[in-house]
Parts: sequence; C-alpha cells; structure tokens
Amino acid sequence: MLNVETLTKWMTNFENRITDQKDHLTELDRVIGDSDHGSNMERGVNAIKAAFEKTPPTDDLAQDFKTIAMAMLSKVGGASGPLYGTAFLEMAKLAKTDTDFGDLVEAAAKGIAKRGQAKPGDKTMLDVWAPAADLIKQNKLTDDAIDKLVEATKPMTAKRGRASYLGEKSVGHIDPGAASTGELLKAYLDARA
Amino acid sequence: MAMGILLVSHVPAIASGLQTLIKQVAKDVPITTAGGTSDGKIGTDLDHIQKAINDNPASELLVFYDLGSAKMNLDIAEEVSDKQMHVYDVAFVEGAYAAAALLEANVALDKIEAQLKPLKVK
Repeated sequence: MLNVETLTKWMTNFENRITDQKDHLTELDRVIGDSDHGSNMERGVNAIKAAFEKTPPTDDLAQDFKTIAMAMLSKVGGASGPLYGTAFLEMAKLAKTDTDFGDLVEAAAKGIAKRGQAKPGDKTMLDVWAPAADLIKQNKLTDDAIDKLVEATKPMTAKRGRASYLGEKSVGHIDPGAASTGELLKAYLDARA
Repeated sequence: MAMGILLVSHVPAIASGLQTLIKQVAKDVPITTAGGTSDGKIGTDLDHIQKAINDNPASELLVFYDLGSAKMNLDIAEEVSDKQMHVYDVAFVEGAYAAAALLEANVALDKIEAQLKPLKVK
C-alpha cells in the first residue's frame, strides 16, 4: 500500500531524475518529435514541487494525486501534460478506496490509453505503463525490467503522437514518453528502497 | 449570440492569424483563441484553453484545433467546463472558416456539421 511518506519521496526522486535526464529526454524527442519533452517534463516536476510547497502532501492520497495532476495539466505544454495529468487523476480517483501501487498504475494506464486513444505497441508511454502494472502485481518490477520496457519501444513504428507523422522513420528510436515514464517508475522503486 | 468559435493552436501566431482570416467573413461571431501555452511558448495547456473558453461570451462553442495534444487538453477542458462544446477533428483552417461563415449566416448547427463532415482529417 502506498503511503504519504513514499509518495513524497517518490515525487522528490522524480523531480531529481527528470532534472538529471532533461537533456537526454529532449535528445530522444529531437529525433522523432519536437525536441521539447525534457523542458516540458522539467516544467511539470517544478510545478509539482511548487504545488506541494503550497499544499504539502497529507494522508489523503487522493488529494495528493489531484495536486500532482493539476500541476502537470496546467504547466506542461505538450502531449505529456494531458497524459500524465490523466494518469494522476485516475490514481486520485482510485486512491479513495484502493492504494495498492499495482492497481494505481493499472488505473493510470487505462486512463492514458483512453485519453491518447493509444493501444499497446503504438510506441507511446502506454508501452511502459501497461506492462509495468502487470510486473508490479507479480512483484517483478525492477530497474532492469523498466529499462527493457523502455528499450522495447525502439523497434516499434509510432502510431500515435508527433512521431506518428514519421511513420517507418520512427523505427530504431526510443519513445521519449516511454523514457520519462521509466524515470517515474524508477523514482518509485528508489522511494521504496 | 449563443454560439461562438474557439481556436486552439500550438503557436500564438497561427491562432491569431486564423482568427484574422475568419473575422473577415464572420464579424459578429464571438471568436476566442488559445495559441501556445500560458507563458507564450509553443504547445497547448489546459489553463490557456480554459481561459479562452471562459472569455468567449457564447455559451456553446464550435472548437477547432491543430495537432494531437490540443485535442487531449480540449477533452479535459470539455469534461470540466459548463459550456457546451463541439470539438471537430477537421482541417483546422478550412473547418473553422466554413463554420464561421455559416454561423454568421445563421445556419443551423446540423447543417454546419454536415458541411464539416468531408473536412475530417484526424
């Protein structure tokens, strides 16, 4: 079960990881997108930090997730804003009755699929979220497993998002949204350790 | 007027340029725009779109957008707004232009939607 201490550490780790990986995320996005994923995600994590300074997280995890969602929705100027925003909103809804991390990630994955009208294999962040939920439930989510999911987007052809305009040219490159989702999940594993 | 137009683009100049174009044929139709992010960068965000929805005096909006993330932010804005919104997955310039000209001529919504149908591109 997720608690407020882990959630707080998780978000701090996420902020640090995004800040570290900003240039890498932008480089991934330069190749098959519009070169803004690093700076968009940095704006997002800074907005989460600012929101939690104003309204510190409490035992009410549903409210905490809502705070995170609104920060991402308001401040991230890219597809990642509505997608991460939706993911955290879905977690907020579920957290009222269920704070099992696998269930939360599963709810987020379903929300992302609906919002982005994406299916598994479309070379999007969903290709990390959805299988990660299964791995968490089997207690098999590790840094290596996350890296494998992110890498697995490389041979895929993009069907959704900006990279879809490149068609076959998107093959051979990691999806930037999958990479930032990998950072989010690793941030959680670090928070639990 | 009960019906207005909302234009959402990743770039401020695209939204304002299209507004200039369609004002030519629809000077009485309320048109608001959300071009770029709230802080003027390329992209779309919920805050900016919500402001453009609220600033529009119309209670029912015909909405046109350029690329994918605009649509996702619009979907979220639609879920939380009191206004009735119709988001069209049509060619941005042609769709907004046709709808504005028809609104100006007081054409009913079902007729406007019939005209927009062949312009669907996304």
